[in-house]
Amino acid sequence: MSVSDGGQVLTLAGHLPILPVVVPFMAAPLVVVLGARRLAWPIAFAASLSALAVSVALLLQVLEGGGVSYHIGGWAPPLGIEYRIDAASALMLVLISGLSTTVLPFARRSLAHELEARRHMLFYAAWLLCVSGLMGMVASGDAFNIFVFLEISSLSTYALVASGAGRDRRALTAAYDYLIMGTIGATFFVIGIGFLYAATGTLNMAELAVIIGENGTDRTIQTAFAFIVVGMGLKVAVYPLHLWLPGAYTHAPSVVSAFLAGTATKAAVYVLLRFMFTVFRPEYLFEVRALEVIMLPLALVAMFAASVIAIFQRNLKRMLAYSSIAQIGYILLGIGFLSQTGLAAAVIHLFNHGITKAALFMGVGALLLRADTPFHDRIVGLGRRMPLTGFAMVIAGLSLIGVPGTAGFVSKWLLVQAALEKGWWPFALAVVGSSLLAVIYVWRMIEVLYLQEPEEGGRAEAPLSMLVPLWTVTAATVYFGLATGLTLGAAQSAAEGLMSGFIPVAGEGGGG
Amino acid sequence: MRHHLILRVSTKLLAGAIMLFAFYVQFHGDYSPGGGFQAGVILAVAFVLYGLVYGLEAAQEVLPRRVVHRMMALGVLVYAGTGVVSLLSGYAYLDYNALNPGMPEKGQEAGILLVEGGVGITVAGVMISVYYAFAGRPPRISDEEW
Repeated sequence: MSVSDGGQVLTLAGHLPILPVVVPFMAAPLVVVLGARRLAWPIAFAASLSALAVSVALLLQVLEGGGVSYHIGGWAPPLGIEYRIDAASALMLVLISGLSTTVLPFARRSLAHELEARRHMLFYAAWLLCVSGLMGMVASGDAFNIFVFLEISSLSTYALVASGAGRDRRALTAAYDYLIMGTIGATFFVIGIGFLYAATGTLNMAELAVIIGENGTDRTIQTAFAFIVVGMGLKVAVYPLHLWLPGAYTHAPSVVSAFLAGTATKAAVYVLLRFMFTVFRPEYLFEVRALEVIMLPLALVAMFAASVIAIFQRNLKRMLAYSSIAQIGYILLGIGFLSQTGLAAAVIHLFNHGITKAALFMGVGALLLRADTPFHDRIVGLGRRMPLTGFAMVIAGLSLIGVPGTAGFVSKWLLVQAALEKGWWPFALAVVGSSLLAVIYVWRMIEVLYLQEPEEGGRAEAPLSMLVPLWTVTAATVYFGLATGLTLGAAQSAAEGLMSGFIPVAGEGGGG
Repeated sequence: MRHHLILRVSTKLLAGAIMLFAFYVQFHGDYSPGGGFQAGVILAVAFVLYGLVYGLEAAQEVLPRRVVHRMMALGVLVYAGTGVVSLLSGYAYLDYNALNPGMPEKGQEAGILLVEGGVGITVAGVMISVYYAFAGRPPRISDEEW
């Protein structure tokens, strides 16, 4: 019943897999065609909210009845494009649409301050396209379709980053760097897909997995694997390929940093996981030892080098950006363990770090209302003048370190467990050591915000429209640190699914 | 203003023919080589040529910037809207059979024409807007502005 075929009449429930992509995708041109500045935000918010509602419905449906498949245009896969939703992708859909829906109310005031009014309409259109692209990357089960959505999300992201130029011209060079690096990444990715197509004759990921599983790998498929991992690695910001990230996050408007830090690299990690584990299978990863030899050392370097660089930053936003690179190191470490616990740790850290970093960047956005730049010497003592904003940032900072009771602790605990399970105790120590570096840079933030006298006195709290989203996300970091049932359950079932290949879809025998 | 008389006259003559050819490529896309993308580019060529010979202002008088921006979005809306129509009539997204349930082959043809129409509008809009952006770019940023 969950499989749509040509000519078969579908109910609304049957359309759930396509709606989270189509709704924002329709809303984006609608904003531009209507051309009314006042309508842009309400349309964007409504589209984002309905995408969230659909994603939650989809998650519930998937957790209850297993994976869902949707055939675009009624053409059955492997010929047609298939959307395939399972626990992992549904969770990602909820994360992306949820963050967009929470950050958008914040964007209203923050953008009024950071972006000239005539650009707001196109900003929201680009935002919606970005949401739709990220959702598509996660929902699609067709390798080339994923590339198309990757480009949709990337191109709109470049525009979003460049929109910081009104405040800071360096946003233009940052966006340009990102454009060059991102395009190289996308090119590598599509070259990899081309090799896969040449070797197997299909683009459907389930079909690819079956063919590679049956025929084994040859030189072409190994090359494809290398190209896909490096290409996606660029979008993920794996350590030596991370150079676009600090500039992009630092100079983009704060709302963009908050949204991207929580979603863009995360969706790329998701695609990487999908290719590594469902197209290529864990057995292949064991065979080539790519993870042990390449991924683990790079993850360790990211965890330490990026953290050390973060400590020495004098710009709060840039510090958070480097901390993101370090946190991506944790995710890669979890993947590199190549065990179910490790993968669960990676998936849960995707989610937990997403909300933590979003809260911190939103905090910076609120601080920017009262300071012209996020440099440390311009925001001294602002925690005292903006107690609610400051306190939220402290809690999110604790989650970044991984203090018990916050979301960050859950993922690091799982990561340490995964290391000990394998008997690799030096890695467990490395996780703890890198967290200690996080203590230093979070402490620097607290010191700047609280322990110095503000330049001007008086309370200057951020408006309610910013505090509510900020505190919603901050509360979520605490909630998911205490009540781990939902996230841990979803992460574990996602890890299980990844380790065992594609979950067969109801009403369909086997793959292909 | 009186320079390049031959260029100006032949541009006037050609612009219409180019547009006509664009529409031919657009609507014959399902029988012969062509389609929305090619047609959109050819249509844009008419405006680019006009702009090159008569100047950017003259071209933008015919087709102002905001119209071009709307065109880009409108094409996407037509494309995605076709999908939504089939979605609302109970078929899969972009299942053209929905457009003419009695005769699926007619539905498929209509669907292709609609979707390619959307592509044509958007591609023409993007091409013209790329030309506008390059031709109308402000002078280099001076050092003080950084």
